[in-house]
Order: sequence, then C-alpha cells, then structure tokens
Amino acid sequence: MFAGALAASTLELLALSPPGWGATLLSGLANSVLIALGAFALGLAIGVGGAYGKLYGSPLVKDLLAIYTTIVRAVPELVLILILYFAVTDMVNQALISFGYARIQISGIAAGIGVLGVVQGAYATEVLRGAILAVPAGQIEAARAMGMPATLLARRITLPLMLSFAIPGLANLWLVATKDTALLAVVGFAELTQQTRQAASTTKAFFTFFMAAGVLYLLLSIVSTLLFNRLEQWARKGQRSMGG
Amino acid sequence: MKKLALAAAVLLSFGSAAVAQQVKIGIASEAYPPFASPDASGNWVGWEVDIINAVCKAGAMDCVITPVAWDGIIPSLTSGQIDVIMASMSITDDRLQTIDFSNKYYNTPTVIVGAKGVEIAPTSEGLAGKIIGVQASTIHEAYVSQYFAQTAAEVKVYQTQDEANQDLAAGRVDAVQADSIALDAFLASEAGAACCELKGAVADDPAILGKGVGAGIRKGEDDLKAKLNAAIAAIIADGSYDAITKNYFASSIYGG
Amino acid sequence: MRALLVPRRLIMLALAVALVLWCAVSLRWDWLGNPKYQALIMQGIWNTVWILAVTMVLGMLLAIPLGLAQAVGPWYLATPARVFCGVIRGTPLLLQLWLLYYGIGTLFPSIPWIRQSELWPILRQAWPYAVLALTLSVAGYEGEVMRGAFKGVPHGQLEAAKAMGMPRFTIFRRIWLPQALHRVLPTLGGETVLQMKATPLVATITVVDIYAVSSRVRQDTFIVYEPLLLLAVVYMAIAALIVLLFKWFESRFPNKAA
Repeated sequence: MFAGALAASTLELLALSPPGWGATLLSGLANSVLIALGAFALGLAIGVGGAYGKLYGSPLVKDLLAIYTTIVRAVPELVLILILYFAVTDMVNQALISFGYARIQISGIAAGIGVLGVVQGAYATEVLRGAILAVPAGQIEAARAMGMPATLLARRITLPLMLSFAIPGLANLWLVATKDTALLAVVGFAELTQQTRQAASTTKAFFTFFMAAGVLYLLLSIVSTLLFNRLEQWARKGQRSMGG
Repeated sequence: MKKLALAAAVLLSFGSAAVAQQVKIGIASEAYPPFASPDASGNWVGWEVDIINAVCKAGAMDCVITPVAWDGIIPSLTSGQIDVIMASMSITDDRLQTIDFSNKYYNTPTVIVGAKGVEIAPTSEGLAGKIIGVQASTIHEAYVSQYFAQTAAEVKVYQTQDEANQDLAAGRVDAVQADSIALDAFLASEAGAACCELKGAVADDPAILGKGVGAGIRKGEDDLKAKLNAAIAAIIADGSYDAITKNYFASSIYGG
Repeated sequence: MRALLVPRRLIMLALAVALVLWCAVSLRWDWLGNPKYQALIMQGIWNTVWILAVTMVLGMLLAIPLGLAQAVGPWYLATPARVFCGVIRGTPLLLQLWLLYYGIGTLFPSIPWIRQSELWPILRQAWPYAVLALTLSVAGYEGEVMRGAFKGVPHGQLEAAKAMGMPRFTIFRRIWLPQALHRVLPTLGGETVLQMKATPLVATITVVDIYAVSSRVRQDTFIVYEPLLLLAVVYMAIAALIVLLFKWFESRFPNKAA
C-alpha cells in the first residue's frame, strides 16, 4: 500500500512529454524490440544452418557445431556479450588496420544484434534440429520415392512440417531474446532497461520506473505469446492434432 | 565456419565506416550530475557536455557524443568504439600505462559524505568498522582499497555513483567517497539533504587520485592529443570555459 | 576414449592445446599470482556456487505448490499462481533484481523504524535481495514446468491409490509428487545450468560473485580479455560439474517408465 502511495506521487514522471520520461522509455522499448528482432532473425539463420550441419554435415562440421553450442550454452550471456563486444570489435579493427584500412566503428545496435544473435543461434540450432528429427521419416521417404529433388523436398515437406514442431521452441527463444536485450544495459546500450535505469537514478523514483518498465516488458511478452499462438494454429493447419 | 563468417559479415555491414573527421566522444552512460546526465527527453546535459561541445567547436571537430558503460569505457576506447573519453576521468599513472591523456580540464578535491549523526571522519580511523560505497573503476575505488579497506567493515562497489548515493540514503552504506562537486549536487538534492552531510576531504595522494581530469585517447594519437590540448587552452583563453562554469557552479573548478 | 582417437579429433585436440598454450604464454596472467586476487577468486566462486545451490533448492520448493495450484488448484489459487509465473517469465531478471534492490531501497528512508529493527543488519546487505530475486525466478520458470509434470502423471495411478483408501496427502507424498519430480529430473540439470548463467547479474547489486571479481581485476589492472577468459572457463567448469552431478543423480533413480 505504502509503495502504491509513493508511486502515485511520481506517476507524472511517466508522462510522454518532458518533464515526463515516457517517450524516452518508449524509444528504449523500440530499441529493445529492434535488437530482439535482429538477433532472433540472425539466430534463426544460424540455427537453420546449424541444424542442417548437425544432422547432415560432415563429421568435422558436426564437431565444430557441438563445440559452438556447448560453449554458448555453458557460458553466461553477460560474459559472452562482454567478450564478443570488446574482443570482436578489437579484432576487426586490428585486422583492418593491419590491411591498411581505417578503423570502423560498430554501432551499438549492430553489436547487440551480433552478440545476441550468436547466442540465439546456438539455442535455435538445437530447437530446429529437434524439430527436423520430429518430422516423420515416412513423409520424407515417400517424397524421395516420388523422385522429389532435395531442395524441393526441404521446401515442400521438411520445412513446413518442421515449422509446426519448432514454433513452441522458437516462441520461447523469441521471449528469451526480448529479455536478453536487457543485458546490453551492462555495456551501456540505450535499450529499455538502461533508459529506465537512467530515468530512475536521475529522478530517484526507482520503484515507479522499474515497475513501468516491467509492465512494458510484460505487454511485449503477452502480445508475442498471442501472435505465436496464432502462428502455431496456422502452421498446424491441415495436420492431425497432436493429441496425447 | 560459415556461421562465423556470416556473423562477421552482419557485424560489418551494420558498422558504418567512420567519416575522416568525425570524432566519437565517449561519455559514461550512467548519469553523473552535474557533469553529464540525460534529461527527460534523453538528451545529455551538464557542465561536461557543454565543455565537450565547446572543445569540439574550438577544435573544429565533428563530434558525436557516444554514451558507453563507464565500467567498460577504457576497453571501448582501446578497441576503437570511441575515439576520446571525456567522462570526468582523472589522469592517473595506472591509466597512463594503458591510454594517453590530454591536459586536465578540471580538478576538484575528493571528499567523504556520510549519514547525519554518525561519527565519521575522512581517515582510516574515522571510517573504521563502517561500510563504504564507491563507484567501480574510479580513483575513489583505488583510494579506498588502498587506505580504508583494512579498517572498514566492507567496501561496496557500485556501477554508478547515483546507485552508491541511493544506498547511502537507504542506509545500506555508511559513507561514500567521490568527487566533491558530484557529492555537492547529491547533498543539494532532497534525498541527500535529508540523510547526509559532508564529512570532509580525504588526504591527497596524487599517485592514486591523479592530476585532474583530462580527455582520454588511445596511445600514439598525438595529432588528436595536440588538437584537444589546443582546444582546451582556447576555450579557457576566450572565456567560454568560465562562462559555462558560471551556469553550473559558484566558483571555478579548474583547480590547481 | 576411442571416439577421441579419430584423426580429425586428434587435430582439433592439438589445435585446442596449441590455443591454450598460446593463451598461457602470450597473454598476461601475472595477476593470478597476486594473493589478493587468488583470495578474491576463491571467494567469488564460493559465492556463485552457494547462491546457485540455495536459490535452486528454495525455488524448487516454491515451484511445487505453484505447479500444483496451476494444475489442480481452485481458481483463486490457480489464477495468482499463473499470474506470478507469467510476470516472472515475462520480464527480464535484471529488471526484477534492480526493482527489488533499488526499488525497495528507496522505501527505507521513509520507514525509519526498519533501521532499528533486528532484521536491519540483514536487510542492509545485498545478498538477501539477490537470493530472493533468483529464487523467485526459479519458482516462476519451474512452477510452469511442475504444472506440466503434475498433469502428466497418469490418472490411473492416482485412482488406484484412491481406491486403496490412501489418504489424500499420502497420495500426494507417495505417488503424485515423486512421479512428477521424476518427470522433471531429466530437465533439471539444464535448468540449473540456465540458472547458473543468470547468477552474474547479482554483481550489479554489489554482491561479490566470480563475475564481480573478474570485473574488479579488469578495473584494477586494465587487463581486459584474460579475466573474461578465466571467467568463461570457470563457468564452463561449473556447468560441467552440474551436468555430471545430475547424470549421477539420474543413474541413481533410473526411469522405470522408459
């Protein structure tokens, strides 16, 4: 109750125009969503390659992918972000300088997408691998027996069938992506959590701002869940229900 | 392999090649009033931000102010994400081993602020058994671990000075050590005035506390250093330095 | 062992050894010899491990009633449990942690008697907030898992027990809970590793875990990559230990159903 009364007195700090910080929080949310989308897409691209590599690649490819997924799944995202954020930009720049080019500056958004995408990729690899394995072998064999070429088989049979198995896992990954963007606050990137922290420490209304940001994240998660449920229904169209 | 190349390609394609003259000035992404803090519309304001703009104007540099986490600001400079650090960073021997500095552009004493009514003095005896809060990666953290850590009950390390102040007001730490100007601003605030008071300045140790605040740059970039030094001297000579200071402080903070 | 003796794996092993040697020789590790950092590293690892263990156990204890309430509870228990799990799973842990630590901290000055209370010496420290936030996080995620596990126990088993005249609580204790736990056991190792990956966040509220120690070394010495590499190795070692521990655990309780 007490917290509620205290928060009410600082509610005008959330107004959309200054002196309210609402617009700043929303721009932070937009940045978070942008990075999450980019990281999810990059992760998906890595995941498709990784899953095919793990299932059908050469032994060497399989080993390398195993090392990649093991490391990413055992080391905290925060540590990976710091290593990739500093080390990768450093290496890129050292390489550029040694080849006689000027150093480039990697934008915060690009670095965030790159780092979280590499993390997402490892999990997406596992999700998609599981989904491909779940596609009934009979379907693929039937298509092969009809003489369907490999790419057409992937496009017409494996991928659509796999999608319905993969969606729950991918939905989960997307939620992880939106939440992991908060970790970029630690490297100072202006996403929602960082903007919230700045607003909170400038106005001293820590409670109000952290609660407001919590509501924004929650809305994002609820909307995403609804969308993914729709998507799952659509992807399962024409399939018998997976009862039991 | 393919994956790594892909990731690198994406990183590269998003990164924009720096325009020749553009200089990225790194400031700490954590609010540090009254030197640099974001206002409600997300713009950075404060004494140091005004100084940065004046220096860039005087040096005819095309500057972009880039907030970076304070904790990683030196790696950001050395790895090339920013070109200059202007984030109230003191020129110390330790830092000079890794990066280079321009001449100083301000210098203020280091003080201890503690809870009202608690007997605290800015000495190792005066802080015995107390919990001290400091900001990570600062001269204050180095100073406290050198002089006070042995007798203090605990040294708590915060990512931002604001969070240390917040915990002082909440009573989770007994005292904080920081720059006098930053703590003056805290004591002038409602929360600060209610809880806390100045306990005095700590004994100076230039080896740790440094020789004033300068602009940090990568080693070997002597052209940039010369440019910054000339620009700092120019804004002091033409009076714009004092004009900016008057907007924020009662007296000069250039220091001796 | 034989799986390692394939030529490509031998080459990869040789490359890995070469990489480790290169890291050992050409990077700076002198700070590891400093007794101050050695003590800090041990303290940091200990803090990470105990926080992980305590929050996993407490979180699972909370997850059981949360799962049960959602699976079979009346609506006035099921709805709050569902909302709790939704909120915990829908917001970043970092935000929850800061809300608990700094948000509650702002309330202290306005409640003067708290500082006189017996609890104050604990409340003013950071670790209770870290433990609370991480525990709630486990409870939120595992509450959802337990819900599925409770629902997954075959109905026949429960009906058989009921037919035998077993009291309700005994059914829960002897049949339902063990079977549900048995179902989640294979996933628990992975969940513990995920929880371990969340622990470095506590460093942002001044708890000195292994991540905070590595930041400290970086700040003191301006050595950037070496402490991070050490950190990655420490976390991988802890993750490996967790996986081994749960493998051993699972082998002690073989899955009869399978």
